[in-house]
Amino acid sequence: MATTVIDHAPARAHAAKTGIWSWITTVDHKRIGILYGATAFGFFLMGGIEALLLRIQLGRPDNTFLSPETYNQLFTMHGTTMIFLAVMPLSAMFFNFFIPLLIGARDVAFPRLNAFSYWVFLLGGLFLNSGFLFGAAPNDGWFGYANLTSNQYSPGLNVDFWMIGLQILGIASLAAGVNFFVTVINLRAPGMKLMRMPVFVWMSFITQVLILLAFPVITVALILVMFDRFFGTHFYIPSAGGDPLLWQHLFWIFGHPEVYILILPSFGIVSEILPVFSRKPLFGYAAMVFSGIFIAFLSFGVWSHHMFATGMGPIADTAFSLTTMLIAIPTGVKIFNWIGTMWGGSIQAKTPMYFCVGFIAMFIIGGLSGVMHASPPADLQQTDTYFVVAHFHYVLFGGSIFALTGGAYYWWPKMFGRMLSEKLGKVHFWLMLIGFNLTFFPMHFVGLLGMPRRVYTYPAGLGFDIYNQIETAGAFFLLVAFLVFLWNIYVTWRKPADAPADPWNGATLEWAIPSPPPEFNFAEIPTVRSRDPLWETKRQHGGRLPEPARVSGAGIHMPNPSFWPVLAAAGVTAVFVSLMLLPKLGPAGVVVAVLFLFFSVFKWAFEPA
Amino acid sequence: MSDATHALALEHPTSTGIDTRKLAIWTFIGSECLFFASLISTYLVFRGKVIQHGVGPFPHDPWTSPTGQHFDPILEIKLVTVGTALLLFSSLFVVIALNGAQRNRRGQFLSFLGLTIMCGIFFVGMQVYEFTHFVHEGLKLQTNLFGASFFTLTGFHGTHVTIGVIWLITMFILGVRGKVPPGKALNLELAALYWHFVDVVWIVIFPVVYLMK
Amino acid sequence: MAFRAALRRALGLAPFLVVLLVLTACAHEYPQSTLNPKSDFTRMIDGVFMQTVYWATGVFVLVEGALLWAVIKFRGKPDDPEPAQTHGNTKLEILWTIIPALLLAMISVPTVRAIFKTYEEPSGPDIVRVNVTGHQWWWEFHYPQYGVTSANELHVPVGKTVFLEMNAFDVLHSFWMPQLGAKRDVFPNRITTLWFRADSAGFYPGQCAEFCGTQHGKMAFHVAAESQADFEAYMKGLQATGVVAAAGDSARAKADSSSRAGTTTASLAAQSATTPDTMAGKKLFASKGCIGCHSLNAVKFSKGLIGPNLSDVGSRHYIAAGTLPNTDENLAHWIQHPWSVKHGVLMPELGLTQADARTLAAYLRTHTGK
Repeated sequence: MATTVIDHAPARAHAAKTGIWSWITTVDHKRIGILYGATAFGFFLMGGIEALLLRIQLGRPDNTFLSPETYNQLFTMHGTTMIFLAVMPLSAMFFNFFIPLLIGARDVAFPRLNAFSYWVFLLGGLFLNSGFLFGAAPNDGWFGYANLTSNQYSPGLNVDFWMIGLQILGIASLAAGVNFFVTVINLRAPGMKLMRMPVFVWMSFITQVLILLAFPVITVALILVMFDRFFGTHFYIPSAGGDPLLWQHLFWIFGHPEVYILILPSFGIVSEILPVFSRKPLFGYAAMVFSGIFIAFLSFGVWSHHMFATGMGPIADTAFSLTTMLIAIPTGVKIFNWIGTMWGGSIQAKTPMYFCVGFIAMFIIGGLSGVMHASPPADLQQTDTYFVVAHFHYVLFGGSIFALTGGAYYWWPKMFGRMLSEKLGKVHFWLMLIGFNLTFFPMHFVGLLGMPRRVYTYPAGLGFDIYNQIETAGAFFLLVAFLVFLWNIYVTWRKPADAPADPWNGATLEWAIPSPPPEFNFAEIPTVRSRDPLWETKRQHGGRLPEPARVSGAGIHMPNPSFWPVLAAAGVTAVFVSLMLLPKLGPAGVVVAVLFLFFSVFKWAFEPA
Repeated sequence: MSDATHALALEHPTSTGIDTRKLAIWTFIGSECLFFASLISTYLVFRGKVIQHGVGPFPHDPWTSPTGQHFDPILEIKLVTVGTALLLFSSLFVVIALNGAQRNRRGQFLSFLGLTIMCGIFFVGMQVYEFTHFVHEGLKLQTNLFGASFFTLTGFHGTHVTIGVIWLITMFILGVRGKVPPGKALNLELAALYWHFVDVVWIVIFPVVYLMK
Repeated sequence: MAFRAALRRALGLAPFLVVLLVLTACAHEYPQSTLNPKSDFTRMIDGVFMQTVYWATGVFVLVEGALLWAVIKFRGKPDDPEPAQTHGNTKLEILWTIIPALLLAMISVPTVRAIFKTYEEPSGPDIVRVNVTGHQWWWEFHYPQYGVTSANELHVPVGKTVFLEMNAFDVLHSFWMPQLGAKRDVFPNRITTLWFRADSAGFYPGQCAEFCGTQHGKMAFHVAAESQADFEAYMKGLQATGVVAAAGDSARAKADSSSRAGTTTASLAAQSATTPDTMAGKKLFASKGCIGCHSLNAVKFSKGLIGPNLSDVGSRHYIAAGTLPNTDENLAHWIQHPWSVKHGVLMPELGLTQADARTLAAYLRTHTGK
């Protein structure tokens, strides 16, 4: 038997491309994107089921389907899940898969940091939900107002799971924020000036800036409540001089930019899809970019519009009311530019376009109810009622979810090499549009008619009954819509992966490479000469381009897969969990976790190429 | 930082001409500014209220409890001023060390890096002494709003300094082993940038906590 | 295709706007509606709100209309020729930036005016002052000008400005009176205020509007706006509970001489103090620990009681913070099994027998504050 000389460096270069281990150690932005998407989809399902349970409870007055304790856990988890575990990571799926492709790069700036972000997200999401296993899921709302969250009024583990879970998730977002910020600034293909970048890249870039500036603030807010609960400080405890209003300020200084973090990527997706399916360029590119920048800047100046009922005084109310109205202007500009894009175009009735048109229609409604909230006197009736619930579902579901779904239909062939069924897609759209409006439009009314939010039941005799019945029926409509989507995904999965590189006659670089792309993305990094580089190229070649060949990519060095990001993610989680286990393990637990984290970071840092 | 990242970064010339890793550390620093801004704001929010609630000791004012227990103002400005000065000088030292690494002057690089590390260790040591002294004097995290906001703010800063010291020690060990040639001086530059940031934050904290009355 | 999509969307949404306008008329069906202002404060707020509705409706029709029109008019087929590749129109873009700015400016003027008004502290000799305190999960009302405290049913005179100074006992709550005063959050460490002048007599429901724990959903209250005479009588009745309690069993001797009603407080008190049932109720009230959390004295009671003041509970329309109509059966049930009505409430399940609960209910029924 011949002896085998094991040479480790080449062995890593031939690491397996299939199997679970290849997915666990992947640093490929496309795979990480798919991991984000699949995980977020799962959490979205959970959040949806939580919503369905809430709607069943509210379907009848004085219902006893859910106890108030269970209801409060479910509405808290529904909000927390949808914001942090569904919409944000669904956007991250597209950041991951498409930012490098759209800017003509081979990967993000820090591929292992990218993997780290995903694993921290997964662990954080699992940790947040593990409260259910103890019958102690977070239960003080996704916004966790002090001093309800203090030990005195929330004994038990619920708030601990929430605090610690969000801190873990914050690390994931911040790491990704650094990564994508640097990627967009520094890894653009030659010729891709900033004002030639696709609007999706711009909006995502601005989103990363918001994440980088807003998440540290909620990190501090959560540190303070953690210190109150674990170490006996009194930051938010009024009896000892602390101030519950401090929580509200810190939370909303994060919270308002957060809602723009949730919607800006969707603005970007719609800005990509509309031109392709109108067959003309985006109307007013510069306005789209600058309105996005202006919105981001202003988003740090409006936070107290969530606090109009707290009695901050007329000067503060006036200031925040005016800034809130101001932020409506760049938002409105975008809507007009989108309509301007379609105007005079040749609109193709494909599923991605349906979802984008639906997005615009629903977002207009959400935006208008938002402007109503901007007036503090009017808001004194609207805030904390179902009117607000209607508003934010119109912008987050009618807005973000519709756009993300459109993006899924649009980019599915590029990600998976298969086209989702158009027929099923249209059924999905109609069911979702009708179900969505049935569920959420009546909420405008029932809120104005006196139904407060976050209530586990309501009495008969206030006139709320019929509205709640319609809303509950609408929720089941949405369930059917979602099942149609799942069916679409399933039957598409059974098809062979033979989608063309450019099924939609796209304008941007991702459509120039095969579907799905090879690991190295581009055989040759392109030089970009226009905002719509692929249309430009096609025009020069007198029409559509031939199907790009699949090349071997030999000689292109891609980063090796690595296990250290996974371990470091486990280390971060362990440090935070050890804080929660202080009563049981004491400081020794924290020390061990920190050492474990340091160990994985050092191994990561010194890993050979 | 590592060869792996280095490889990918070299593959592709950057759009700005700035090294990707340097851009990353600046981005991280920008984000951390908001972190410390929030902690400093929290400290400032409670600064005026501190003496109205709870028990002493307090930072700048003497206080006697209803039971007759007397507390002097607890901040020891002199010691902290020395620590502050050393931290400021350490930023200078690390710049000189970086210069040495970039110009292949091993003696300059290692000696000034060593000085930087010693200043950092002194600073952390001063803080540990200060914290233990305060606890002995009756000021704990839970004692009053000053204790809570002071220990939280300076504690997180101190943790950042400690991480910086560990990073710098790592660079020192690598330097001793000859693994920081001029071509890899950027690795030290990244640590130095972080170190400067930690210093600048202290330049804000020191007057706000210790000097402002 | 896209055309039908757009059309259906338009048809789907238009009726809802009509419904909104219709709803403003249906007052009696929606007792907690914000669209039925019954005070100067809420009429001012409604004025600002309706302005935003008109502008919003106008913008809605225009913009959704433009969207609809674009989707219908410019629908194309895959083999249509390429449309004109316009990149923008600076003049148009400037126009549709300025016009929304102007619309918003128009909304902001009445808004700012109203903001300042909502924060005014009313002045004048005839202000009725009430201190409101939110508790988990009930509302405390103290009338400093009369020195009395009650709970869950706020009495105010019609036609006089009421000035509420509010705080919270434990966590954040929000005092929401849709028809009379909109809402204001209440805090444990600061005072917030509201003012209003009720137009007409009525019994107006309200609810807590800031999530405050398990039973936030059942923390309602009512505002009884009544004639000046009725209001004064109510205050006197509450004041008398202080006298009754102080006098103990010899209430007959210390009759309230200024009472206007036919049935004097003294005689009722005399009745309540002497019948065997009420004696039994009074004993249970003490022995079962009710007295540790509740007071029957509207004037003088220990600070920091975590249960509502019951001085006039017998005559309140609702119990358990607006949850149950105040019938004998409901009252007994609430006393015996509070957790079956409001799970998690701070009133414990005391393991009372039905007989005991009924006795206590009957005893409380005599405390009408009249």
